[in-house]
Amino acid sequence: MNRTEPIIQIKNMKKKYELGGETVMALQDVSLDIQKGDFISIIGPSGSGKSTFMNMIGCLDRPNSGKYMLDGEDVGKMKGSQLSVIRNKKIGFIFQNFNLISRLTAIENVELPLIYRGMKAMERREIALESLKKVGLVDRAPHLPTQLSGGQQQRVAIARALAGHPPILLADEPTGALDSKTSREILEIMNSLNEQGHTIILITHDLKVAKKASRVVRIHDGQLYENGGEWFADNRNGTEKH
Amino acid sequence: MQTIGMALKSIKGNKARAFLTMLGIIIGVSSVIVMVAIGQGSTKAVQDQIGSLGTNVLTVSITGSDVTFKEDEANQIQEVNGVEAIAPTISGRVTVKNGQTNVYVSMIGTTSSYLNVRNLQLQSGRFIADLDHENHSKVAVLGADTAKNLFGLGDPVGESIQVNGTSYKVVGVLESVGSSLGTSGDSTIIVPLSTGQRLASTTDIESVYVKVENENIITFTSRLIEQRMSTIVGAADNYSVSSQKDLMEAASSVNKTMTFMLGGSAAISLIVGGIGIMNIMLVSVSERTKEIGIRKAIGAKRGNILLQFLIESVVLSALGGLIGVGIGVISAQIFTLATGTTIAYSVPVMLVSFAFSLVVGVIFGVFPANKASKLDPIQALRYE
Repeated sequence: MNRTEPIIQIKNMKKKYELGGETVMALQDVSLDIQKGDFISIIGPSGSGKSTFMNMIGCLDRPNSGKYMLDGEDVGKMKGSQLSVIRNKKIGFIFQNFNLISRLTAIENVELPLIYRGMKAMERREIALESLKKVGLVDRAPHLPTQLSGGQQQRVAIARALAGHPPILLADEPTGALDSKTSREILEIMNSLNEQGHTIILITHDLKVAKKASRVVRIHDGQLYENGGEWFADNRNGTEKH
Repeated sequence: MQTIGMALKSIKGNKARAFLTMLGIIIGVSSVIVMVAIGQGSTKAVQDQIGSLGTNVLTVSITGSDVTFKEDEANQIQEVNGVEAIAPTISGRVTVKNGQTNVYVSMIGTTSSYLNVRNLQLQSGRFIADLDHENHSKVAVLGADTAKNLFGLGDPVGESIQVNGTSYKVVGVLESVGSSLGTSGDSTIIVPLSTGQRLASTTDIESVYVKVENENIITFTSRLIEQRMSTIVGAADNYSVSSQKDLMEAASSVNKTMTFMLGGSAAISLIVGGIGIMNIMLVSVSERTKEIGIRKAIGAKRGNILLQFLIESVVLSALGGLIGVGIGVISAQIFTLATGTTIAYSVPVMLVSFAFSLVVGVIFGVFPANKASKLDPIQALRYE
């Protein structure tokens, strides 16, 4: 695999929030390169800047300063609707609470990113079915999310993330709302997707989940540390407070 | 296209609420249609009736109470240029009796030319003749209703009736003309002028119907008659000369005002309906904050979200408008069947009220849709 051209290149990214007159540095000075085909997990407790970092990678928010190159495009300075296009083309989101639209059937949910690309209905349906096939849920296509189990819902969400063939899958606590058996299933799916060549970024506070990735980085007080997995192994007192 | 599908889907997902949302528009549009149908129907009815009197007929009425206007003076109008025929009339109310059947009808005393001037048709028999007038004959022509009330289905011609206790001979029956503003229509009895003057115990003429040679010179002739009248009876407020067109215009201007007011109040209810839509759309936006967040995260642009909610409100109001047009037409139909009132559908009014409901949907949809499109995806995703 070509390792010279990182798919994500983040340099000196900073983000601060104003909270009741107080300035919170959510991201101090973060740099990160992610190669195509990587399976990377970002681990950190709540309040570590993990969510902020995820929003940055997911192009849901813009940094105050620093550079963010995503698949060859400088997204650090893009405006709202440009970011919408980038999110649509480059990123497949997988959320903790699945975030399926409850009024739409499984296949309609999977079609959603394609709708915003202006794709024709026939083509859309075909691609959506193919995506559902990848997660083994073709037979559930006409079901509403409420008629599916949690694991099935998350698989629909993964299918939705895959539908647009984005270069990056961004998973935010994908197993957070699932029991351990289903969690394993979901992680296995993600593993096999990585083996098929998908770049996966997994954000979690759970070391066991994080360790499924080939590379673990740790975020703490708005700063990134490599080898997060080893650090946690050395600090047995857990994953919660640092 | 896809956005319209999405909008329909979300409306279908909440049918009861969608219906309640549309209710304001439905009531607004249907009341506009019913009101205007009734208003224009009555305008049309009045115009038809007035129009049937003939547009080349002028009415000269004596309005002054101490003016004497006799038959000889009335006949001077005949000499005015452009006048084809005149029919001086006197009127009153009389009791007409056939055997045990009594009716109280309006009496018109007039000359033979009345039939031609008023453009009436005879059902049977003959009309008043000049000879009847000269001889003060006790003959009568019955209006269609009078004949029916007194004789049922039998033929009254040649029969004898009692008018205010005196025996009269029926010589003819008029064709029905329908009832009209001010004129008693079919509940009439027509007698020779001289006989009528005796019945009304006066020799004055109340009004003269004037048939003008053709419609185009009616205004000019009307002015000539006014001049002649002023030399006969003096001051202008002692008489009036009016054409059927004047009457028609007066009647339709009253009706227009009425239609306008009815339509206006209905239009206000449309606006109220629009506010209802805005309310529900605002509720729907905050209910679907999460959905908006998901859509934005997945790549929906501001415009996509704006369009989605805007189309939803327009679809709601258009659907309401369509249902409103349907209900409006049906209830106007029920109204006319139940009351027998004439109604007139106006296609432009239907189109305008439908278009107006669309506009209401757009105007009152913009605010909620804009609010939805401006939501921050991070905040919206976090919303539960």
